[in-house]
Amino acid sequence: MRTPKSRIATAGIAAGLLLLAAACSSGGSATTTAASGKPSKTPLTLMFGSSGTAETKAVQAAASAFTAHSGIKVKVIAASNLTQQLAQGFAGGAPPDVFYLDPGSFQNYAKQNALEAYPGQLANSGGFYPALRASFSYQGKFECEPKDASTLALYINSRDWKQAGLTKSDIPANWNQLKAVAAKLTTGGRAGLVLDQSHSGIDEFLYQNGGTVIGSNGKVALSSPQNVQALTYLKGLMTQGIMKFPSQLDSGWSGQAFGENKAAMAIVGNWVVGAMQSDYPKIKYQAAALPAGPTGTKATLAFTNCWGIPATSKNMAGAISFVRFLTTPQQQMAFAKAFGVIPSLSSLQSQWQQQFPALAVHTQELPYAHPDIALPGDTQALAAFDSALAQLKSANPAAILKNAQRNLQAVDTQAP
Amino acid sequence: MTTRTPLLAAQRRGAPARAPRRGHRARRREAAAGWLFSAPAIVMLIVFLAVPIGMAAWVSISDWGGIGSPLSAGVRAVGLTNYRALLTEPGLPQQDLALSLRDNLYYVLLVVPLQTTLALFLAIVVSRRALRGRGFFRTAFYFPSVTSSVAISIVFLFLFANGGVVNGLLGYVGVRGPNWFSDPSGVLHLILRAAGVSRPPHLLAAHGLLGMSWWGWLAGPSMAMLTLVVLAVWTTAGIFMLLFLPALYNISGDIEEAALVDGAGAWTRFRRITLPLLRPVLFLVLTLGLIGTWQVFDQVFLITQGNPAGTTLTPAYLAYQVSFGNEQWGQGAAIAFILFAIILAFTILQRLLVRERGGGANPWSQT
Repeated sequence: MRTPKSRIATAGIAAGLLLLAAACSSGGSATTTAASGKPSKTPLTLMFGSSGTAETKAVQAAASAFTAHSGIKVKVIAASNLTQQLAQGFAGGAPPDVFYLDPGSFQNYAKQNALEAYPGQLANSGGFYPALRASFSYQGKFECEPKDASTLALYINSRDWKQAGLTKSDIPANWNQLKAVAAKLTTGGRAGLVLDQSHSGIDEFLYQNGGTVIGSNGKVALSSPQNVQALTYLKGLMTQGIMKFPSQLDSGWSGQAFGENKAAMAIVGNWVVGAMQSDYPKIKYQAAALPAGPTGTKATLAFTNCWGIPATSKNMAGAISFVRFLTTPQQQMAFAKAFGVIPSLSSLQSQWQQQFPALAVHTQELPYAHPDIALPGDTQALAAFDSALAQLKSANPAAILKNAQRNLQAVDTQAP
Repeated sequence: MTTRTPLLAAQRRGAPARAPRRGHRARRREAAAGWLFSAPAIVMLIVFLAVPIGMAAWVSISDWGGIGSPLSAGVRAVGLTNYRALLTEPGLPQQDLALSLRDNLYYVLLVVPLQTTLALFLAIVVSRRALRGRGFFRTAFYFPSVTSSVAISIVFLFLFANGGVVNGLLGYVGVRGPNWFSDPSGVLHLILRAAGVSRPPHLLAAHGLLGMSWWGWLAGPSMAMLTLVVLAVWTTAGIFMLLFLPALYNISGDIEEAALVDGAGAWTRFRRITLPLLRPVLFLVLTLGLIGTWQVFDQVFLITQGNPAGTTLTPAYLAYQVSFGNEQWGQGAAIAFILFAIILAFTILQRLLVRERGGGANPWSQT
C-alpha cells in the first residue's frame, strides 16, 4: 500500500477533487448583477428576524400583497439567527434578495461593496428621520432604507409613582430631577431606575451632556470630558443605590426588571410595549421623554433595521420595487399597527401620534435622536466597552472611556 | 508491508521472468480493487475533511470578507497578517485571544481532572457486584450525557440565577450566594483578596504574555466559568463512566484475589492493580476530555456569550464571534488554527506523560 506510486496516485486524486471543489464553490461568487431596468418575474427571497408571530404574519401579508400587485413571487424566510444566516448566504454567493439588516452588519457589508445602494432610485429616500439615515450611511452615502424606528424613553410605573407621592409635574426634565425622583422611588427591594448595561442603554447620557461618540469629522470622540462627566453622573446614581443594571436585579434586560416591578422606572425602547402586553399585562405605566442634560441638551438613541438588497441580486429591479412597496406610508402604518413599530418616514409622525397617543413621546424624540454607534468590524470593541460599562459601579469612568476610545479607534483606522 | 519492495527486487534478479510479472499483475489488480472499495470513504474524507481544512487554512491567510467564495478572484493573500494581529501586535484582537485562552485553560484544568475522577468513581461504584439496582444507577448517571445540551444549559441558567435554587439552598445555610453570571472577578483573585493581597505585586503586574499581565493570567475562573465547569463535569462524567465500565469488568477477579491474599487493602489494590490496568482507557478518556474541553462552544453560546467581562470567552466562541459578527473571517480562521495547535501540543504532552509512567509502553497501540 505504501509504495511511492500509490502515494502519487492519492495525491493526484486529492488534487483533482480539490480543484473540483474549488470550481464548484467559486461558481456562486460571480459578480454579475442583473440590474436591468425592468423588473423580471424571477421570484424574490425575503429573509427577516422576527420578534414574534405578529411580525411574521405582517411580513408574510405584505409579501403576498406585493405578489398580488406585481406578479413577482416572494419566498419569505423567518431566520432564527439572522446575522449568521445572512453571512452564510453571502459566503455561498446566494444571499436573499431583500433582508432585514442591522446598522452594525450594514457597516460590514457596505465596506465590502456587497450592498446595492438603491435609495437614490426611490422617491421617498429624503423622507426618513436624519438619525435613521445616518445609521445606514457608509462614508456619507445613504445605502439602505430604514424599515422602522425605535427610541429610548423613560418608562414609569404609575402605581409606584403615585405611592411615592409624585404627580404629573414631577416627571423629570433634567438630570437633577431624575436623581431626585429615582431616590424617592427606591425602596428596599426595588431600584428607582434601571437601564441596560451596554453602550446602547447608556450612550444617550453622553449626548445629553453635549458629548458625542463619533465626532463630526468622523473620528471616534469617546473620551471627552463631557462623556467622563456623564458616566460619573451615572456612577453616582449607582453608588447611591438608586439606579441598577438588569443583571443586578436578576433580569435579562431592563424591560423585564420593569415588568417584574424590580425597578420603578426604566430607560428602554418602545419594544418594551409588546413585552408589557404579553408578559406583564397588569402593570400600569406611562412613557415620558428622556430628561435633558445639565445644559438643556435633549438627546436619545435611535435604533432601526433597514431593507438590505445585495449587489448580486438576480432580480435587482424586482427587489427595489419590493422595497418601494414595503416603505410606502400605507405599508409602514400596517406594520405599526401589527407589531408596534414606529414608521421611519417623518411625514407619518402626526398620523402615528394620533393612533398611538400613549407612545407619542417616541416620535417626538426622533428629530433629536442619535444613531447607535456602528463601525465596520466593531463587535469586539463594543463587547469590550459593554463589559467595562457593566462594571461601572466599581470602575473609573475616565479609564473605561479611554480604553473604549483606543479600541474603537483601532477599528476605525482599519476602515479605508 | 514495507519489506515488500526489496523482496520484489530480489525476485526480479533471481527468478525467471514470467512468474514475478504475473504476481505483479495480480497485485496490481488487487490494489485497484482495494482503491475501488475504499474510494467512497476516501472521497468523503477529502470532500468533508481535507478540502474544508485546506479552505480554512487559505482563509486564515487571506483577506476574505465573507462575500462569495474564498477562492474567487477578488480575495488576496495577506500572509501572516491575521496571525500577527492575534499573537504579536498589541491591540484588542490580541487581548481577546489572551482572555479566551486564559478562560479556556482554567476550564480545561478544572474539567478534565474532575470529570475523569468522577467518571472513574462512578464506574467503580456501579461495577460493584454488591450494588443493588446497578442498571438503574448506570442509566441515571448516563442520563445527563444523552440529554440535549440546550435543555441542560437553560436549566442551569435558572438554577444559578440570583434568586435561583442554588442561591436559595446557600441561603438556608446562611451563605449569601454570589451573582453567578455577572461577577467577573476571578476566584484566585478573590481568595488572594481575602488573604489581604488586593494589589498585584509589581513583578506580576509589569510583565505578561500576549498583552495580559501575569496578574491577569492568574485571575482564575470567574463564578460564571465555574458554573460552566459544573455543567460540563455533570454532563460528561456519565459518558466516560461508560468507557471505564467494560475495562473494569475486564480486570480478572483472580488478580484481585491474589492481592487480597497478599494482604493488600482497598486503596492499595486500586492504586497498584486497578489503575495500572485501566491506563489505556484512562489515556483515551483524558485525550477525549482535553479535546472536548478546549473546543467548548455550545454552553458559552447559550448561557453567557462570553460575559461577564469576557471571563467565559473561549477560542471556539471567539472564532465564531469574529467571523460571523465582524465578518473578519481570516482572523476567525486563524484563531481556529491556533486552537488546533494548542490541542495538538496538549495531546502530545499528555501522551508523553502517560507513556513515561507506563515504562515505555505505547498507549496508542493499547487502545
